[in-house]
Amino acid sequence: MQGFAVALQPMNLLWCFVGVILGTVVGVMPGLGPPATIAMLLPLTFLMSPASAIIMLAGIYYGAKYGGSTTSILLNVPGESASVATCFDGYQMARNGRAGAALGIAAIASFIAGTVGVLGIMLIAPPLARMALAFSSPEYFALMALGLAMVVLLAGRSMVKALLATLVGLWLAGIGTDLFSQTSRFTFGRMELLSGVDFVVVAIGVFAIGEVLANLEGREAAKALPVPKGLRNLLPTLQDLKDSRFAFLNGSVVGFLIGVLPGAGSTIASFISYGLEKAVSRRPEQFGKGVVEGVAAPEGANNAETGGALIPMLTLGIPGSSTTAVLLAALVLWGFKPGPLFIPENPALFWGLVASMYIGNLMLLVLNLPLVPLFAQVLRTPAYILYPVILGIAVVGVYSTSGSLFDVWLLAGFGLLGYLMRKLDYPSAPLILGLVLGGAMERALRQSLMMSDGNLSILVSRPVSAVMLSLALLVLLMPVFGRINRWRLQALEK
Amino acid sequence: MKASSADLWSGLALGGLGAYVVVQASRWEYLGADGPGPGFFPLWYGIAMVALSLALVFFSVTRPSPDRIDWRGAGRAFTAWLAFAVAVALLKVAGFLVCFAALTFFIVAVMYRRPLWVAAAVALGATAAFYLVFPLALGVKLP
Repeated sequence: MQGFAVALQPMNLLWCFVGVILGTVVGVMPGLGPPATIAMLLPLTFLMSPASAIIMLAGIYYGAKYGGSTTSILLNVPGESASVATCFDGYQMARNGRAGAALGIAAIASFIAGTVGVLGIMLIAPPLARMALAFSSPEYFALMALGLAMVVLLAGRSMVKALLATLVGLWLAGIGTDLFSQTSRFTFGRMELLSGVDFVVVAIGVFAIGEVLANLEGREAAKALPVPKGLRNLLPTLQDLKDSRFAFLNGSVVGFLIGVLPGAGSTIASFISYGLEKAVSRRPEQFGKGVVEGVAAPEGANNAETGGALIPMLTLGIPGSSTTAVLLAALVLWGFKPGPLFIPENPALFWGLVASMYIGNLMLLVLNLPLVPLFAQVLRTPAYILYPVILGIAVVGVYSTSGSLFDVWLLAGFGLLGYLMRKLDYPSAPLILGLVLGGAMERALRQSLMMSDGNLSILVSRPVSAVMLSLALLVLLMPVFGRINRWRLQALEK
Repeated sequence: MKASSADLWSGLALGGLGAYVVVQASRWEYLGADGPGPGFFPLWYGIAMVALSLALVFFSVTRPSPDRIDWRGAGRAFTAWLAFAVAVALLKVAGFLVCFAALTFFIVAVMYRRPLWVAAAVALGATAAFYLVFPLALGVKLP
């Protein structure tokens, strides 16, 4: 009830609405993702209350999942990577004249799965946080190592490149003044770097500027199929709903469980859900030709994943993806400390966020169906208007945080880095997570060694940290086993 | 350029970064009376960076990838980045509004080859929108 008391405040309702609409628009537009958008808006959220800000930013996160299906179905171009699987049957449904039903079932599946995800947060987050209260520095170090290892395993085709990106992230996190000894590290003699590299600068540079540069390689946009007019044409039939009933359950459960795992992400969740739906279907040969459950399952999974992904971020302080890393950084910038004490110390904020996700999902279901034709018009925004505006917002956002032109220069540098990473197939998620977790990881390791007078065995003598470090090692060594690596590559290529 | 060549060069660059990290870290305290010093963590991830970079270079030479990186579009991206960098360089002299208008004009007219009047209209319109939204409506200071 406390949560709804917070979420139903007029300003929070307004920001929830702004967030879900913005998220849907972001999801519709190929080339602009939630991490970039949230990172760019971060500096502006300092003008808001933390509750309103996190409600809005979370709204962008799950709203983008709704929007991503629109381009998948109308364009055969996924608005988000999580919507790739929706292209398989969604676009075929549109070509068969059933774009409305596809868009409608995507919205309904997203709502059901999003609600299940929120229920999951309510049920699992508090007991998990209580369990994590027993963790000490060795367990935290091991947990962060496991989280980074999972992200590396699932980040891209080359684990060597993913590991290198992680290490670069750790290096960036180490720039500045060491808190234990007051030694300045890797500052290149610049006063501006004594306080470290601002996360906002790196995130906006790598995600927003990098994406704009990648999109500027081409000049023409793809043409979208028309959206049917009238709400009736956007509703699936009763038979469609009946055919999708297992897909709703499949997407919700699979998406939520995958979301809890760091590094897995909504893309993996949507593919696993699609594969599972096809495996148990009575008509598997029809998949890829325009079956409604082929849309419902992946769309449900990518929404339920949102709820799952917020659990480790809020209760353990371990983000599992680029978007949750940016959200975690936002909470830290506002003065909060995500982790086991986050819920007991900030119950109004936590339950307000959970309640707002219920409300936001309802808003999206109600708005998405009648407004889909309007959202589809967003696709017509000329790139030559959109990309300069993004560059401008990025510069203003970075400058407003620190008032420093040096940071704007760093923004340009990280933008080039983000573009080169895309070009050379280096995944960016490990770099961002390395940056976010690097400082905490080093502190946890040094505190562990202080506890044990410099003896590394403390990390393996405590059962929980030993298990987690063993799992991390196993995860990193898995590609050595050829058969498993071939499966991993096939899953990623699909 | 083949992907393996790109891996070779990027591996060498990251190996160089790793070597720099190791050299710097070796100048700081590794283990002190109170526990690990500022050089402890960087030394280890620096060594890991060097080792993985060497592995990447090794794989790029011994198992060259048949994939090719399409660098044609990269020329446009680098041009855009250069224009952005010039705009950033001129921020202190000309201010955000002028630099943003010029960058927008360049992107619209040169990169997307739209008529000059379209480029001018977009540049002016977007600049005006920024002025109305950020300093006037939100009170956010522009560079």
